[in-house]
Amino acid sequence: MNTKIPATKNNKRLITILVCGVIFMFGFCYMLVPLYNIVCKQIGFNGKSANSATLVNPNMQVDTSRTIKVDFSTTMHGNLNFKFIPLQRHIEVHPGERKLIYFYAENKTGKDITVQAIPSITPNDAARFLKKTECFCFTQQYFFKGEKADMPVYFFIDPAVPKETKEMTLSYTLFDETEFIKKQKHFTKGRIDL
Amino acid sequence: MSESIVLDHATDHDDHGPAKGFTRWLFTTNHKDIGTLYLYFSLIMFFVGGIMALIVRAELLEPGKVLINPEFFNQMTTMHGLIMVFGVIMPAMAGLANWMIPLMIGAPDMALPRLNNWSFWLLPFAFTMLASTLFMSGPAPDFGWTFYAPLSTTYGPKSTDFFIFAIHMMGISSIMASLNIVVTIFNMRAPGMGWMNLPVFVWGWLVTAFLLLAVMPVLAGCVTMMLMDRHFHTSFFDAAGGGDPSLFQHVFWFFGHPEVYILILPGFGVISEIIPTFSRKSLFGYRFMVVATVIIALLGLVVWGHHMFTTGAPLEAQLYFMYATMLIAVPTGIKIFNWVATIFKGSISFETPMLFALGFLVMFTLGGFSGLMLGLVPADYQYRDSYFVVAHFHYVLVSGSLFTIIAAVYYWLPKWSGHMYSEKLGQIHFWLTVIGMNLTFMPMHFLGLAGMPRRIPDYALQFTDFNQYCTVGAFIFGFAQLIFLYIILKSCFSKDKGHVSAQVWEGAKGLEWTLPSPVPYHTFATPPVITTGHREY
Ligand SMILES: [Cu+2]
Repeated sequence: MNTKIPATKNNKRLITILVCGVIFMFGFCYMLVPLYNIVCKQIGFNGKSANSATLVNPNMQVDTSRTIKVDFSTTMHGNLNFKFIPLQRHIEVHPGERKLIYFYAENKTGKDITVQAIPSITPNDAARFLKKTECFCFTQQYFFKGEKADMPVYFFIDPAVPKETKEMTLSYTLFDETEFIKKQKHFTKGRIDL
Repeated sequence: MSESIVLDHATDHDDHGPAKGFTRWLFTTNHKDIGTLYLYFSLIMFFVGGIMALIVRAELLEPGKVLINPEFFNQMTTMHGLIMVFGVIMPAMAGLANWMIPLMIGAPDMALPRLNNWSFWLLPFAFTMLASTLFMSGPAPDFGWTFYAPLSTTYGPKSTDFFIFAIHMMGISSIMASLNIVVTIFNMRAPGMGWMNLPVFVWGWLVTAFLLLAVMPVLAGCVTMMLMDRHFHTSFFDAAGGGDPSLFQHVFWFFGHPEVYILILPGFGVISEIIPTFSRKSLFGYRFMVVATVIIALLGLVVWGHHMFTTGAPLEAQLYFMYATMLIAVPTGIKIFNWVATIFKGSISFETPMLFALGFLVMFTLGGFSGLMLGLVPADYQYRDSYFVVAHFHYVLVSGSLFTIIAAVYYWLPKWSGHMYSEKLGQIHFWLTVIGMNLTFMPMHFLGLAGMPRRIPDYALQFTDFNQYCTVGAFIFGFAQLIFLYIILKSCFSKDKGHVSAQVWEGAKGLEWTLPSPVPYHTFATPPVITTGHREY
């Protein structure tokens, strides 16, 4: 082949481009992680918008013409031996109205433990309108052996919530955080110790 | 005879035949040898994965425990899926690429022959590692071939790490093979072989290679994240540490959906070679075929969400993924119509490759339709995770990808080995395969619609008779493949002198058919000059 040498040069260039593409795609895979979190936060998917505090718009009006029923549910992850229940199964709120509710938690594991509740809100189309100003789920919670407490959630439903939303569910799954303890003070803010 | 060998050596002074013994295969950089290795590897894995499928089907012969316990059942479904996708279809397609692309574009070999050797030899190690988990004290991977977190992270057996490294190795192998294929097609085409003159098989593989380069790194990233979650205290997929298990599904299906096109696009290419040959007409709408392939690949990258309709995705996202998925039916439909138009008014003959191509055409279309049903959001809520899904993907993978591979083997086997296969046995193989395949997978549609979930070792009584059809069909299918094995081995190791012409098939067009059968060890040392559109009739 008389064009042998230029062909090899072309090969090198093409290979370089392709290998860069492969490395880029590997990086892209990891870029999907923050990308996913941003998108989820925007659309309120998987409780990603419900695990950080929002500020209340001072001009917010309570829309008394509408009432939304909010159900609460709790799940223990794996074999975590906790009693963890909402004090009220459900409440009725007007959009824009601020509410405080409590969840009862009791450490029955027989040892000191750090746990965290991960929220999830349905229906998905309304999820991002359920906003919290304060919640025990924002941080990890430390429980002594046998400790019991009522834990607060301050929330409201943004009046911009879709018209067809009549009912919402706020659910928490309680996780054992022993493997993932963050370096912070034992956080118990707002808790009513029992 | 010895005279001709002497003559050959006299004319081709640097044409050394293959080395002798095992080292020939270990150190080979010859694209034909490597293609052969890929194909044999795939053939072995086909029977390994097939035996696993038969164990699964035997267990499902009756409700209750028949043969194996549920733990082993899960390992069998998982390993069957992994081996068939990564160990059979992909290596077989790579084998066809290695054998045929240089012959079709008039190149002396692949552009990067040593890399080629390496990309093959990684595979036996990867799959030995994967298969070795079956003999370990803990269970083998048992979380399904989609290895969803947290089944494969928090709850994965110890052997999951072997699985992760096996995936890494075969991923590297695929990436290197694709790199090689792209460089070969870009830089090694014979003079006059323009882009719009490339055989459609080569086009299909070019697009596939780009898809592989785009998504295999994502799969590698995905299993690396798993490994980190398992051992390095990260929590990509663990909600306890702030991660999210549904992120796994996004990352996996970002790879997983293009993967299904990786498995089928080279097959589309094979069919586009075979149908014109046995219809004795040129391919209808060549340009449309090429453009459709590219569009399918591009759309394939942005529809992964249709695997996740029930994960609680927002309505807008579900609608987008549904419509984008439906859109893929358009380029695919173009291909189906073009193949039918190629057959239309052709002078058709029904040799085994053509039979498999026609079987593909009919049954792949069926699989496509059930795919459309699954792509519909409201319908998917009923069909997901049922046997309907199993029926769907076996129609597109068995009567799709696998049929194209079998068709390709029958089509090019005389060219490779210099011996015609037994046409009579080929026909028997085809009919048994078609009957077995439909008997196995057709009832699964109805089982799924009636509510039988996939991946279970036991089922409700009312599903018994349909499951028994499936099991009987599976054993017919399995038996038919022994005939296939016999046909291949007979053609490859036949001692009697072959007298297959260079063209082999009356209607075959293309560079590979200008070479003698069997193909000499070295070909196109001087590139052929292509002056006309050689695929015209
Ligand atoms: Cu898909």
